[in-house]
Amino acid sequence: MKLSQQQNCNTRRNNSFRTTGPLDSSVDSAFKPLASFFWVVLHGLCCLISLVLGFRFSRLIFFLLFSTNTTSTTNHYTVPALLRTTSDATQTLTLQTPPVLITDTPSNRTNPATTSSRVVVGRHGILIRPWPHPNPIEVMKAHRIIERVQREQRLQYGVKNPRPLIIVTPTYIRTFQTLHLTGLMHSLMLVPYDLTWIVVEAGGTTKETAALLEKSGLRTIHIGFEERMPITWEARHRMETRMRLRALRVVREQRLDGIVMFADDGNTHSMELFDEIQSVKWIGALSVGILAHSGNSDESSSLLQKQEDEENLPLPVQGPACNSSGQLVGWHTFNSLPYVEKSATYIDDRAIVLPRKLEWAGFVLNSKLVWKDIEDKPEWVKDLDKLVADEEDLDSPLSLLEDTSVVEPLGNCGRKILLWWLRVEARADSKFPPGLVFFFSNSFSVVYILLPCYLYFFVLYILLPLSDTGYDQRYYMFFLFPWHFLVVISFYLHLMSDDLPECIHMAYS
Amino acid sequence: MKVPIWVFVVVAVLATAFVLRIGAEELDQSHQTERIADDPVGRLKVFVYELPSKYNKKILQKDPRCLTHMFAAEIFMHWFLLSSPVRTLNPEEADWFYTPVYTTCDLTPNGLPLPFKSPRMMRSAIQLISSNWPFWNRTEGADHFFVVPHDFGACFHYQEEKAIERGILPLLQRATLVQTFGQRNHVCLNEGSITIPPYAPPQKMQAHLIPPDTPRSIFVYFRGLFYDVGNDPEGGYYARGARASVWENFKNNPLFDISTEHPTTYYEDMQRAVFCLCPLGWAPWSPRLVEGVIFGCIPVIIADDIVLPFADAIPWEEIGVFVAEKDVPKLDTILTSIPPEVVLRKQRLLANPSMKQAMLFPQPAQPGDAFHQILNGLARKLPRDKSIHLKPGEKILNWTAGPVGDLKPW
Repeated sequence: MKLSQQQNCNTRRNNSFRTTGPLDSSVDSAFKPLASFFWVVLHGLCCLISLVLGFRFSRLIFFLLFSTNTTSTTNHYTVPALLRTTSDATQTLTLQTPPVLITDTPSNRTNPATTSSRVVVGRHGILIRPWPHPNPIEVMKAHRIIERVQREQRLQYGVKNPRPLIIVTPTYIRTFQTLHLTGLMHSLMLVPYDLTWIVVEAGGTTKETAALLEKSGLRTIHIGFEERMPITWEARHRMETRMRLRALRVVREQRLDGIVMFADDGNTHSMELFDEIQSVKWIGALSVGILAHSGNSDESSSLLQKQEDEENLPLPVQGPACNSSGQLVGWHTFNSLPYVEKSATYIDDRAIVLPRKLEWAGFVLNSKLVWKDIEDKPEWVKDLDKLVADEEDLDSPLSLLEDTSVVEPLGNCGRKILLWWLRVEARADSKFPPGLVFFFSNSFSVVYILLPCYLYFFVLYILLPLSDTGYDQRYYMFFLFPWHFLVVISFYLHLMSDDLPECIHMAYS
Repeated sequence: MKVPIWVFVVVAVLATAFVLRIGAEELDQSHQTERIADDPVGRLKVFVYELPSKYNKKILQKDPRCLTHMFAAEIFMHWFLLSSPVRTLNPEEADWFYTPVYTTCDLTPNGLPLPFKSPRMMRSAIQLISSNWPFWNRTEGADHFFVVPHDFGACFHYQEEKAIERGILPLLQRATLVQTFGQRNHVCLNEGSITIPPYAPPQKMQAHLIPPDTPRSIFVYFRGLFYDVGNDPEGGYYARGARASVWENFKNNPLFDISTEHPTTYYEDMQRAVFCLCPLGWAPWSPRLVEGVIFGCIPVIIADDIVLPFADAIPWEEIGVFVAEKDVPKLDTILTSIPPEVVLRKQRLLANPSMKQAMLFPQPAQPGDAFHQILNGLARKLPRDKSIHLKPGEKILNWTAGPVGDLKPW
């Protein structure tokens, strides 16, 4: 409505300018102000009338003046609410007694039986309520309805009798730990099933990790693992395996029931994954997409790109391989030969990080497989304690089995990729960007950083305007830039000083 | 205090009337659910007239688009009856007579049917059957039925004013009309007409089904015109201003996913919505109702006095939400104040496969589909009393009534 009014006013304005344009420059200049004044007055009057009426009345005038014989069949159902209120107000208009708007003699051609119907043919008003915007309470009610509908859908068509999940995550403190763990945490918070999250931390449990896990609201078991994480990737993979076995020992001791899933903190999981693993009976295998390119160095990545384009390699996938009748016949593993020269050995290497042949993340177990004595344990699973005691290198859960053919392929027999494996770590000299929380946690920082800031703003926004001096360039030069300079310098000095609190050191290491 | 005895009598009478009324309602409802599952085979016999192919086959050959548009019910009804067990070749024992004339098959290049020749075509067909067979003159068409799926049924016009002006074709006044249009107290709906759903292609809808565990995340869904810019740019005529009102009130509302686009994922989006708006357009019916029922989306019907398909067999009040046109500005309040249990109940009723089957015209016909519901409706009108048979020499219909243009031969 308003837009059309403005348009109306604008076109009127354009029209008026067009008529008194440069063509008339030669005309007697005395008439010009009179003509333009007249147009302005008319324009103002039209705008005022439109404002009062609430709609563009120009079409209605044309309709009245030039309409043909269709008046007899136009009965009006309701006079629109706006017209009703404004017809009292306007007396100057010819349409004050609208002969066409109100029902004149209803046409005889309408069926006499329509007197009992509420429906009449003809032009009706468009009913608009005065505040056509959503009401927040109603929006909340609608969301509750949607939630209830979705819950019912899940009950009807989703997984029946969902079993609780046990997620095993090995981690250690490092620059990107918060990044990875937060992502994993939010994925797990979205899972609609009961969940126990076992986090095994190398180097012992730390308060920061515990604080992070606290925020999730999930049931977590935070275990410390005594050794520190080594710096080569090979050793790391072995250590992570030992950490996972430690977690399985906890499952065994506490006799946790459910489905064990190995979620590494660098990986990305989709929500369908958690629905899919509910269908596992004893041990299942999923397809894992491998994102092996960490894209660190330009030369190596561009080289690989060329290679890829030549050979047309798709995303490498690890997982079960099935024949056409859906039975497990083998495994797709990661072919690391093309990357061997360029692979990373140390954590800090700017090269590609390779996974192992078959990652733990692609397997799910029924927790009963690791329990000590249960009646219906299948014969093809080895005892966990014996395996740990033998100190073998278990490179995948397949080593837990005597016979690998009992593995169930999940995710449409491995054709659907439901999780992606990725290892991204920061460089050795990287610093985790500090948040503002560090500034307020220490009295030194208050003195050295906050005080100059407060003084600076005080001078700029309170003293300067109140003072008699004008906003001269000189004063800006004098007041602003030195303070700014001082603030920044003090910040960096502060950073480099040695009496920093412990937490800031940690973030930068 | 002494209460006179007549008070007790009145109270007793009122109480019994009340109880009986409630009982009748319950009985009515249970009747409704049984009615969908009725089997018409054996309850009626239909005789199909053999008309020259210029009334049916040749028209279809000229434009095969008639098989896929929303008026295709007339053609599929003919094909179904030809091979159905209710068909009889002996007209003496037939209860109903069917005339296969495709009146809605004269299409513009855009695909919209032109109704201008339809009255003449119908008239010519009736003249043919009345002169070649004695059954029309016997009852003046009271035991004949015709399928007229066009916008306003047998009024044969797409504009409501002109349709009301014309009224139902005078020759069809006594016949039973099977039509998609239904509005109470309207000229173009005779008492005793059978309302059917518009044709929606079953295979196309089956091809767009998504897994039922996809969560329904859209609250209200609608795709279609709000202002018919070609014919009524100001709004107010089209849909009696209801669609324009929906747009103006709810275009900024995040709960309402409404627009004029034509997405390719229309069917999939409907399956992700809880409510689907079915407002009237130029005529009160639309295929959205059928699509909503098939895809499990609760239809919100905004059309005053509308008569929905198979209203005596399908409990539309319990499945859909009815909103009066004057209440459209309060649509969000109405929809959000429905208790979640009622929403779930409606969805459960919609998930009933017999409901979905009753809205479709599958090829070949299956038990419980719309063909069978039409036959059920026809069977419910039997047995007739003998008064429809005219006495010799009696004539009720006026063969020269109607606009002069209709009297020209086709």
